Amino acid sequence: MLLRMLLGVVMLLQAGMAAAVLDIEIIGAGENQIPIAIAPFGGDTALASEINEVVRGDLMRCGLFRLIDARDEPANTPATVSFPRWRERGVDALGLGKINTLPTGRVEAQFFLLDIVKQRQAIAEVSTVNAGQARAIGHHIADLIYENLTGSKGIFGSRFAYINRLGSNFRLLVADSDGYNEQLVLARSSPMMSPAWSPDGSHLAYVSFENGHAAVYVQSLLTQQRVLVANFPGSNSAPAWSPDGRQLAVVLTRDHGSQIYTMRPDGSGIQRISFSDAIDTEPNFSPDGQSLIFTSDRGGSAQIYQMSAQGGTATRLTFGEGANFSPRYSPDGKSFVFTHRVNGKFYITTQDFQTGQMTILTEGGWEKKPSFAPNGKLILFASEGRGRGILATVSSDGRVKQQMFTQSGDAREPVWETRR
Amino acid sequence: MKKIVISGLLLSLLAACAPNPPKPVPPVDTSAADAAAKKAAEEEAARKAAQKAADEAAAKKAADEAAAAAKKAADEAAARNMLPKEATSVYYPFDVDAIQDADKPAVQAHAKYLADHANVKMHVEGNADERGSNEYNLSLGQRRADGVKKMLELGGAKSDQVDAASLGEEKPKAVGHNEEAWSQNRRSDMIYK
Repeated sequence: MLLRMLLGVVMLLQAGMAAAVLDIEIIGAGENQIPIAIAPFGGDTALASEINEVVRGDLMRCGLFRLIDARDEPANTPATVSFPRWRERGVDALGLGKINTLPTGRVEAQFFLLDIVKQRQAIAEVSTVNAGQARAIGHHIADLIYENLTGSKGIFGSRFAYINRLGSNFRLLVADSDGYNEQLVLARSSPMMSPAWSPDGSHLAYVSFENGHAAVYVQSLLTQQRVLVANFPGSNSAPAWSPDGRQLAVVLTRDHGSQIYTMRPDGSGIQRISFSDAIDTEPNFSPDGQSLIFTSDRGGSAQIYQMSAQGGTATRLTFGEGANFSPRYSPDGKSFVFTHRVNGKFYITTQDFQTGQMTILTEGGWEKKPSFAPNGKLILFASEGRGRGILATVSSDGRVKQQMFTQSGDAREPVWETRR
Repeated sequence: MKKIVISGLLLSLLAACAPNPPKPVPPVDTSAADAAAKKAAEEEAARKAAQKAADEAAAKKAADEAAAAAKKAADEAAARNMLPKEATSVYYPFDVDAIQDADKPAVQAHAKYLADHANVKMHVEGNADERGSNEYNLSLGQRRADGVKKMLELGGAKSDQVDAASLGEEKPKAVGHNEEAWSQNRRSDMIYK
């Protein structure tokens, strides 16, 4: 049982009750899956079952847990639980709880996680959300479980943005980590690309071609108000937020060639920071805000370079066969992920800053635009399946893979929010 | 008109009927002089014939040249009239932004047209195939479009007549993961506005 084969589990989760925008397929599993049972929740039956499903779906998809069926054992309070009985069933951890609608209309969840092995209560929490946000409470509970059992912060409550292309229609969308709760940010009949999350998750910067050329906009996800922040002749693109949210790095061609500039998120205070006669693009700030990694073809082929966030000399980071694109720092700043093109295929690849060791995580194909989940454990990227552009994730150890299929059209340019 | 033509004909007929004055015949032996005169006359005739042939050749040449010039002018005018109606595309090898030799005459013809028509404006749109990141391809497409703009300016177009933008790989003309599609997408379009 220790050798759990990668090809073992292939599950197709059918679209549930809420409008599932993305069908998710999981391939592979973690090396040591934690056996866990989530007992049916008590209280408001419909809400309880919806939330229970969200929790189990999150845990199952991440590949780190083995879900043991507990539908025959309703358990609402820790007092009624028999630890030995669950231990006999091979369960290490048991989740249970109760969901109620309060007189105010808000939804309250009482949740407990029991450590069956050590026979103790690991989590006891009460949380409330507005009516209609039941799924959010499910993601929150799954995050609590994940953090308690793996030691890493959960990412089920986080979101990602991507572009959906259907013919010549483009939509910029934001969805929950499971693809539900899709929010339309902008629809245009001209291309959009390169969405980038502000560090607090309140704004997206992106590139739209609605004026006939690539221009950078910043849009509030709360008010939908949008500001055109870079609209010089030629192309304005590749926005990236500094970790403090006070700066945007962008790529402009106004002074000939694609070069990196910084500006305030309202478009003021433009400063050029890269000076080459090559293509310098796809800047990404380090978590401490001190440096940038970016793509440049100054050495002949596209490779990854690093320089100070104030500009200056750049150091080449990637060598060897092929070309490399779209670098992004891991949340701990110790490695970066990028897409590696060799022999006509693109591979999602990480490289350690200290050792320079490169690790290819995927089988290769049309795999582009990787970004880390806020906990650094998952990488989201654009891929291809069933002849369409799809979204995919791979765990940072390469073991667990998910594919997310849109209802129609191509999914492109995904990016996970950076808020932690 | 008919009457006038007939009158003219009559006049020339009348002139033909008028009696020629009789030539006096000298009564002396003139054989030597005659021979010399005959030779001179023959030489004169040959000279005249040669002159006539040369004149005719020159006239024909001039006429031919004029006709050729007129044809060329007409062709050029036709070509100029054609240019603004049709967008022209130039194509590139993979990851290259230099205009290929085969495409240079077309770009130069557009440059001349723009130079001759200062009020005409052109939009150059660069594109790339899908083999790179979307952002890298946007930059590559921009470099291609900027290269076309530069050649147009070298050929006489004014900077404000031409704007260059890139669509990167976002709007492929041909779809497919193969060279046939890629080769169509590595392209700059010259579009008159």
